[in-house]
Amino acid sequence: MSRIFSFHGGIHPPENKKQSLGADIRLAPIPTQLILPLQQHIGKAALPCVTIGERVLKGQKIAEANGRISSSLHAPSSGIVTYIGPQPVPHASGLESDCIVIDTDGLDEWTALSPILDYQSMNKMDLINHIRDLGIAGLGGAGFPTDVKLHLGDDHIVNTLIINAAECEPYITADDALMRERSDEVLAGIEIIAHLLKPSHILIGIEDNKPQAIKALDHALRTSTLNIDICVVPTKYPSGGEKQLIQLLTGIEVPSGSIPADIGIVCQNVGTTAAIYRAIFKGEPLISRVVTLTGYALGHRQNYEALIGTPFTTLLEAAEVNRKALFRLVMGGPMMGISVNDERIPVIKTTNCIIAATKDEMPPAQPAQPCIRCGMCEQVCPASLLPQQLFWFAQGREFEKAKHHNLFDCIECGACAYVCPSNIPLVQHYRFAKSEIRTEEFEQQKASHARIRFEARQARLEREAAEKELRRKERAEAAAKQQAERKLAEAAPKEVSTDEEKATQLKQLKTAASVARTKLKKANDALKNAREKGLEGIDKLEATILLLEQKANEAQQAWIDAGGEQN
Amino acid sequence: MALIHLSSPHVSKANSTARVMRLVLLATLPAVLALTFFFGWGSLIQIFLACTFALIFEACALYLRQRSLRFFLSDGSALVTALLLALAIPPMAPWWITAVGMFSAIVIAKHLYGGLGQNPFNPAMVAYALLLISFPVEMTQWNAPFVLIGDSWQALPSLSQTLAIIFNSSQALALDAYTGATPLEVLKHKGSLTTEEIWRSSDVLNQGVFAWYGVSAAWLMGGIFLIYRKIMTWHAPLSMLVTLFILASLFYGGDPSNFADPFVHLGVGATMMGAFFIATDPVSGATSNKGKVVFGIGLGILIYVIRTWGNYPDAVAFAVLLMNLSAPFIDQYTQPRSYGHKHSSPTRGGHR
Amino acid sequence: MSSILIAIVVLLVLASVFGIILGFAAVRFRVEGDPIVEQIDALLPQTQCGQCGYPGCKPYAQAIADGDAINKCPPGGQSTIDALADLLDVDAIPLDAEHGEEKPKTVAYIREDECIGCTKCIQACPVDAILGAAKQMHTVIVSECTGCDLCVEPCPVDCIDMIPLPVTPANWKWPAPVSDPSLILTDRGRGQLLQGASQ
Ligand code: SF4
Ligand code: SF4
Ligand code: SF4
Ligand code: SF4
Repeated sequence: MSRIFSFHGGIHPPENKKQSLGADIRLAPIPTQLILPLQQHIGKAALPCVTIGERVLKGQKIAEANGRISSSLHAPSSGIVTYIGPQPVPHASGLESDCIVIDTDGLDEWTALSPILDYQSMNKMDLINHIRDLGIAGLGGAGFPTDVKLHLGDDHIVNTLIINAAECEPYITADDALMRERSDEVLAGIEIIAHLLKPSHILIGIEDNKPQAIKALDHALRTSTLNIDICVVPTKYPSGGEKQLIQLLTGIEVPSGSIPADIGIVCQNVGTTAAIYRAIFKGEPLISRVVTLTGYALGHRQNYEALIGTPFTTLLEAAEVNRKALFRLVMGGPMMGISVNDERIPVIKTTNCIIAATKDEMPPAQPAQPCIRCGMCEQVCPASLLPQQLFWFAQGREFEKAKHHNLFDCIECGACAYVCPSNIPLVQHYRFAKSEIRTEEFEQQKASHARIRFEARQARLEREAAEKELRRKERAEAAAKQQAERKLAEAAPKEVSTDEEKATQLKQLKTAASVARTKLKKANDALKNAREKGLEGIDKLEATILLLEQKANEAQQAWIDAGGEQN
Repeated sequence: MALIHLSSPHVSKANSTARVMRLVLLATLPAVLALTFFFGWGSLIQIFLACTFALIFEACALYLRQRSLRFFLSDGSALVTALLLALAIPPMAPWWITAVGMFSAIVIAKHLYGGLGQNPFNPAMVAYALLLISFPVEMTQWNAPFVLIGDSWQALPSLSQTLAIIFNSSQALALDAYTGATPLEVLKHKGSLTTEEIWRSSDVLNQGVFAWYGVSAAWLMGGIFLIYRKIMTWHAPLSMLVTLFILASLFYGGDPSNFADPFVHLGVGATMMGAFFIATDPVSGATSNKGKVVFGIGLGILIYVIRTWGNYPDAVAFAVLLMNLSAPFIDQYTQPRSYGHKHSSPTRGGHR
Repeated sequence: MSSILIAIVVLLVLASVFGIILGFAAVRFRVEGDPIVEQIDALLPQTQCGQCGYPGCKPYAQAIADGDAINKCPPGGQSTIDALADLLDVDAIPLDAEHGEEKPKTVAYIREDECIGCTKCIQACPVDAILGAAKQMHTVIVSECTGCDLCVEPCPVDCIDMIPLPVTPANWKWPAPVSDPSLILTDRGRGQLLQGASQ
């Protein structure tokens, strides 16, 4: 067993994990409607490749990955696509976003799958494409498309593969249950990843509060030929944070602004390994996942295997929710999860937990008191930041200083807000500051882009003016020559006859009518304005308007006469 | 039921500023008992007076600043300030000393700077320093402690006598019967005598000092309780005490006839109180652990220097104020190195 | 008497020595920054709308460098004014209402079935954000449009609308925690309630 290091800070919130570990993973019911957000992962939203009214089979691709960092989407059950458009999605903003909605038919009819039994003899690129094709994305935190992590450039040599099984957030037991019951799938998944990345060692980071899972993994490992270490780390939040786990297991810090792959480390969540196993050996796309349903507003607190796209309502009802007691609905853990205010929101690839909390369990936040600079936040910050200082800057909108104090190294773990005796919503302050800074930077970029375009246009206009001038001169000369010639010849006037020309004329008349109307409207506006402000020259304007009215009517008439319809 | 929509984290530790303050209040209990045992009713009366004044001034200040009285009064910070000042001044000081002290602590040192969390100086120490400079006589009249001198126990004034002394300044004469110099003062004014000679000749020193040791031990107990309950860290107090001890030992070792024994430095005056209850004040002290150590070392040096070569017998208040002044500077240069960074940010400069 | 003279002489000598040193340092270590116009231009929003009374942001930047007021740019709003005040070390002043108000960001939208393809808007657009050819319907490239309004007026059939940019999960911003008004009546900032995100 390799050495365990430690990271700065951390907290020990009540674990609340026992509640949902009483029973085995249970299959959640198939809902009548599945709602699949096109964006369930980091990167670009997927592009739908089905149309409304189309019947889809379970496992059929319904949206295609769009660009390198993107992930495709599959129908979790058979049914008819009834709607593609905005629906409430699990996002901190509570806004809607594009989704594909499938009305299930209850047949749960599979499409043809293409498992790969002998993956070792397969071309690596094909294997990775297969994984990409089946829409595998990180099941732990942010939902990073897995194929991207498996397909590193040649400049990245992977020494260490870390399997993140820490599951440090209170309440969540989805990974724990998965490891207890499906440790062989987890192991097979790890072997596939190891085959692709060829790491020199593999570490499974797991907190010491999961003895059964550790035992199950240990048991499964006996048959493995790989060099895999199970590293049991002390229970401390947030040991499952990617950077913290890396520090715990290797003692190395990921440099600020880099990704673990830059220092030869790749992290994968245990859930993802099982999904990779299914994708390769069974050919199943990522269409279901283990979700912990917990919180004291539920009658049945346990883990469910739920289809992606299952609305929370279905799950809550399956778990016998007591709606009267339900006070706060959180997707994810209590430390970093997002609170949702709509039960129609569906399970997505990253939904590891749904907490239906009562008021006693997650009471509303106390009003914040002044910061007393007690430094408790600093003691627990796993990124070794100065939370009180960042708070100060964020509150005073001194974003430059906040940036200098490494605001962007904050992982929003919430440890600081958890311990703050003054109940300051520190994390929200940081999120606010971060999004302000990002917007500002975006606008800066946009502004300099606009400047470039403006200057380019300016240059083009000048060039064109110069060219025009040149042509004008040439034309004048040519015209003078022609004039002399034309005096000799006489041209006969032409008649408008063909249909095509008539259509053109009609269009011209329509335009003229439209233009005349607009002019009239503008003049009317001007008149109104002049009246309101009591400006001079009202009579003149009135005269103009009369004239314009006449013209507009004439133009309209001409158009109608010529065959245009009245509108 | 409408579901509420909030930023994470969704849980927080049952921990509040009011609880922190309550525990600090609790931790002063041993010192209150010790002071009452050795110096009589005075301390209790001063505490009562100080708390009353503190609440009145705090309420007025909050009212004038248009803050919610109930919300901000309940944080208990005014009471902590009151208690610390009441325990720092002589138990027999007249009532208006406490009143003036609380006014300067609450109104001037705290609210004029923006209230809790914004004050650059420790309010109790601002008040103490101000009183010491303005009313040196009243502020140095400690009654003789209840200890065995010669064969007899020193008498303490009774409750009614104490009340009379505190509230009726015309009876100030009566106080003379009870007052004596504090050990530090005696040492300060030893004139041409060597430390040893004065030690032998003064009862205040060779007997009375035990009362001071007793009080210091009580403060120490309270401090250890707070560290144990994780209300504060050991960094500032320990580094301050160690610095003071080392400095005192060096000088004492070099010239025992002219310098006081290091244990006297630790055991008398406000050393222990300063170390555990003032140097650890989060608002006006340094923030990071490293910063707290620097803060404590600075305090230790200043206390020794001011005590030994300065004009005033005790030095904790002045040392604390000077270090409060340098706390932002210490903070600037003791920032922790953030995860994933090679250096802590300020050494690279770049921000004001 | 002589001591005063000596003091004066010494001070004079010191003053001139330091003067020389400072003068030398000023020449020797002069910081060559961007010309001030460039720096000002970098802070302006580049909407190129002309509301400031100049034919674009660069000319206004030049004008500010020549001493014009810094509060004439409505698209930039207060934040631009603050940034300019910071750069030029002058007091931040509120936006000059004569030039317009700070409005939420918008983009132009052409109702394409009404567009007659006159190309007038193309000519007006300072950043070439409109696509189209003569007699063809035109359309706005949303990502390039700065929302300057300049294309609205020239359109002979009034088919261009300025619509506010929609808020999506992608560009949504976390709100600052809001303070509870019952706790603080005077200054903002202390004692806050966490209820900002409720939609
Ligand atoms: S924990 Fe809260 S009160 Fe303490 S320093 Fe941090 S922000 Fe301030
Ligand atoms: S939320 Fe950010 S500042 Fe707070 S403890 Fe976590 S990393 Fe540190
Ligand atoms: S008002 Fe502002 S955005 Fe518009 S042209 Fe002037 S400087 Fe540029
Ligand atoms: S499309 Fe219209 S509003 Fe947008 S930048 Fe061009 S002229 Fe301005």
